[in-house]
Amino acid sequence: MPSSRTIARTGERGARTAPAASGPPPGRGGGGRRPRSPMAPPRSFIWTRRIVLTLLTAFALLPVYAMASSSLKPLQDVQGEFRWSPSRPTIRPYIDMWDTVPLADYFVNSILIAGGATVLSVAIAILAAYAVSRYRFPGRRVFTITVLSTQMFPGILFLLPLFLIFVNVGNATGIALYGSRGALILTYLTFSLPFSIWMLAGYFESIPRELDEAARVDGCGPIGTLFRVVLPAAVPGVVAVTVYAFMTAWGEVLFASVMTNETTRTLSIGLQGYSTQNEVFWNQIMAAALVVSLPVVAGFLLLQRFLVAGLTAGSVK
Amino acid sequence: MPHPSIRSRTGRSRTGRSRTERSRTARSRAFRSTRTATALAAAGLLLATAAACGGGTSEGGGDSAPKTLTYWASNQGTSLEHDKQVLQPELAKFEKQTGIKVQLEVVPWTDLLNRILAATTSGQGPDVLNIGNTWSASLQATGGLMPFDAKAMGEVGGAQRFMPSALASAGAQGKDPAAVPLYSLAYGLYYNKKHFADAGLQPPKTWKELVDSGKKLTKDGRYGLAVEGASIPENVHHAFIMGQQYGADFFTADGRPSFDTPQAAEAIKAYVDLLGKDKIAAAGNAEYSENQSLRDFATGKASMLLWQATTSGLTNLGMKPGDWGVVPIPLPDPVPAGGRPITSFVAGINIAVFKNTDNRAGALKFVKFMTSDDEQKILNKTYGSLPSVPSAQADPAFQTDDLKVFRSILEKSAAPLPQVPKESEFETLVGTAMKELFADAASGKQITTEDVRAKLKTAQQKMSG
Amino acid sequence: MVLRRRALPYLLLLPAVLAELVVHLVPMVTGLWMSFKELTLLYIRNWSEAPGAGLDNYKVAVDVNGAIGQDLLRSFGVTVAITVLTVGLSWVMGVGAAILLQEKFRGRGLLRAVFLVPYALPVYASVITWSFLLQRDTGLVNHVLVDQLGVTGDRPFWLIGDNSFWALLTVIVWKSWPFAFLVLMAGLQGVDREMYEAAAIDGAGMWRQIRHITLPALRPINQVVVLVLFLWTFNDFNTPFVLFGKAAPPAGDLVSVHIYQSSFVTWNFGAGAAMSVLLLLFLLVVTVLYLIFTSRRRPAHA
Repeated sequence: MPSSRTIARTGERGARTAPAASGPPPGRGGGGRRPRSPMAPPRSFIWTRRIVLTLLTAFALLPVYAMASSSLKPLQDVQGEFRWSPSRPTIRPYIDMWDTVPLADYFVNSILIAGGATVLSVAIAILAAYAVSRYRFPGRRVFTITVLSTQMFPGILFLLPLFLIFVNVGNATGIALYGSRGALILTYLTFSLPFSIWMLAGYFESIPRELDEAARVDGCGPIGTLFRVVLPAAVPGVVAVTVYAFMTAWGEVLFASVMTNETTRTLSIGLQGYSTQNEVFWNQIMAAALVVSLPVVAGFLLLQRFLVAGLTAGSVK
Repeated sequence: MPHPSIRSRTGRSRTGRSRTERSRTARSRAFRSTRTATALAAAGLLLATAAACGGGTSEGGGDSAPKTLTYWASNQGTSLEHDKQVLQPELAKFEKQTGIKVQLEVVPWTDLLNRILAATTSGQGPDVLNIGNTWSASLQATGGLMPFDAKAMGEVGGAQRFMPSALASAGAQGKDPAAVPLYSLAYGLYYNKKHFADAGLQPPKTWKELVDSGKKLTKDGRYGLAVEGASIPENVHHAFIMGQQYGADFFTADGRPSFDTPQAAEAIKAYVDLLGKDKIAAAGNAEYSENQSLRDFATGKASMLLWQATTSGLTNLGMKPGDWGVVPIPLPDPVPAGGRPITSFVAGINIAVFKNTDNRAGALKFVKFMTSDDEQKILNKTYGSLPSVPSAQADPAFQTDDLKVFRSILEKSAAPLPQVPKESEFETLVGTAMKELFADAASGKQITTEDVRAKLKTAQQKMSG
Repeated sequence: MVLRRRALPYLLLLPAVLAELVVHLVPMVTGLWMSFKELTLLYIRNWSEAPGAGLDNYKVAVDVNGAIGQDLLRSFGVTVAITVLTVGLSWVMGVGAAILLQEKFRGRGLLRAVFLVPYALPVYASVITWSFLLQRDTGLVNHVLVDQLGVTGDRPFWLIGDNSFWALLTVIVWKSWPFAFLVLMAGLQGVDREMYEAAAIDGAGMWRQIRHITLPALRPINQVVVLVLFLWTFNDFNTPFVLFGKAAPPAGDLVSVHIYQSSFVTWNFGAGAAMSVLLLLFLLVVTVLYLIFTSRRRPAHA
């Protein structure tokens, strides 16, 4: 596996070459003028920023806006020609949606399954990534390559074999794996595991080993070093991987459709219940999607603080 | 706390390089041995899984306690919850009668076939389940369903209890049925009475009349007909019905696909032409796949609809009984040589017993209960379908104008879909080909018989085996 | 003691290895085995009795003169095109947004959250919403294009026909770029502020700083992001499946859905397995080449 220990190196190279390319050292034209601080970007940058960010915001939020506005319309209006705002606003969809499908149950299932898969996946990935980034041992390469290659196998194909394995293990041990949340947690955690390991290994490698050595001198064992030094320094990476693992499990459709039953059904399958034999309850789908997404978006907002915290910790002198 | 920004470039790259060099020789040595080990492990796994896949899972399907049953119901009502509300009281009755508790799961149509497939593969599934009757022969071929031999049939009341046409749609000819019919449905032509009266029209009996009426009715943003152009099952149902009328069978007598016959091409072209050439259906119908055509009909945007019996579907959308009328789907006039006066296929839902059940007796009791006169009346009344047992059809609830028409269609002019194992493949391939034809037609492309035949030829080539 | 230290990396890897073994490797080997079998509906109940098919499944899949091979090739082409465009667009948007949000300004936190919204919505919910927006007669997209802007007179179809390619691309990019943004943003945090300051003191402008500090510093992260996006898009099943249903139009027929059609819907698991194995081989080759290429470049500078 290629190493990522180059962040600092390439960065510094950039810093070194930049002045060389920019000609004479500071103080040329403006005499005593203070050099431009990175906190005061040029006008062109600010304008570019405004335009680009506006466009990106519009793109990101367009469907969300349509969801919100459609969720406040009666069904007939949703089915008719598109209108930007509800002409007859109603909150009925937000009431009816709980009766059309057992939304609350599905939500709990999704949170339990995605949450469980995320915690386990990140924990397992941290251990593995630590081993890969800090140790050179026989089989390291085989491990990384094998794990990474599992990501390339189309899920479609191992759906049935996996299902068989769960059933056989279930029959052999008496543990009902098929249809259980545990089986889905196990499945989903491996979906995000390969990239989580890879990404975390990259982050870990960018943390200078001098830190490890300092911790060793202070009497930390390898595991102590991982938890006291490496992890705190890799918080942004861990957060990113956590988000990745969660979303991978949160949105999965195919495996959930075969491996869940009525009591363990997740949202991505459960929401299809609004599309019934005769009718698609668009307004209720939208309302339900918004409601179940709120906690997740809120969670993102919380995590984003950690992301920022991770980065400020990384730049304090 | 020490901080990552203390980065010593020289130190890092030096240690890094030497470490790499040191480990390289060790790694290549280790790599070789690990590779051998991996290969061995893989070979072992292969054997293990191959063995595991063998009939090792024959035991353990369904529940271990004989006093319970697991039942997978299909979504017949307005929602999964609605189905539960309808079925739960009936299951309670069954428990009272027999002491057997039925665990109900209503499986959405999108998941049902996959779930059955997984259950068949693993042997772990429900005891009793609903299947779309068009899947009967395919599922029968997997061996996953318990055949209703004479004995089993006797335990549920005998074959003579069921409508013959419906029972003929429960498996391949000459084999014991893989299921028994539960709810029966048929296709009919729904028309908007007011639109027809305003235009001074009578419901059409021939396709030519339908197209002529459709053209008269297509005006002011309204269309003569609504079709579900992107729906695979709807497409293939109409391909079959019109195919029968034009003399196309899609399968030879010994069950081999023969899609690309001139008759089949004619039939499918006639159906796609309703949107493409005749333009009595809106171009936008080509992307309909979620029953938007039902809605267009119910809301008066279209005056005709070719649909399976659905009273609740229309009333839910704001139509009142009496606003619409039903007649059989039209026929070509004259019916082409080799063609048959078929106006529907035998549609419906069958109930089957999973072969791996460990409660065969209980499962059959439950099937008998569900097909009993009382339950047939209650359930079919709720779902707007027809009882599949004639003895229940006499109930006044099934004497409405609509249901009388559908019953006579089922009795007189309905044919079962090909009962061959490859039926589900046929549905997918031909239905998809028609979706593409509709897409072409809607974007203004002229569809010729040759185009249709070419599509059908490709579809046939894709059939496995 | 020495033994413990030697064993430590393996102990750390053990949970990962076990999980991968159960969920990926064993099924993968089973899949390989399936690809050499005639595993049709007649045998799915008892796999061991499925007759061997030799290389037949593979022959059919690569026979570009046959209907199946031709379709697979076309689907493969569509997938490659969608993947390349998705990776490119998502990366550009992600890196752009990450850089633009690097400096503090009012509303930065809010925008960060906004950009992650597409990622936070359940796939089914967001993709079904897109399919709602892309409906020909009642969708927002045509409402804007046709009714409000008057770009075209005819209402185009987006969910069927050739436009479905662009519809699918839009939805996948919408869904993927926040991920690129998130990871690149996290990656940017590792860049030392001092370097910007030093560069600023040296008189390097904003754009120059981006070119010479930010982008090079992102290179190791890029390697991951590009590969993740590539594999992710290439194997994407959820998006086309929800957007188009079980029968995707030819122009939007991603290879995962195609294989699903060729195995699940037609119950021919041997053929589906063979196609999957071919796909796996392709992805392996591309990934290995990619890793060799992206990793080689760096030591040259060292």
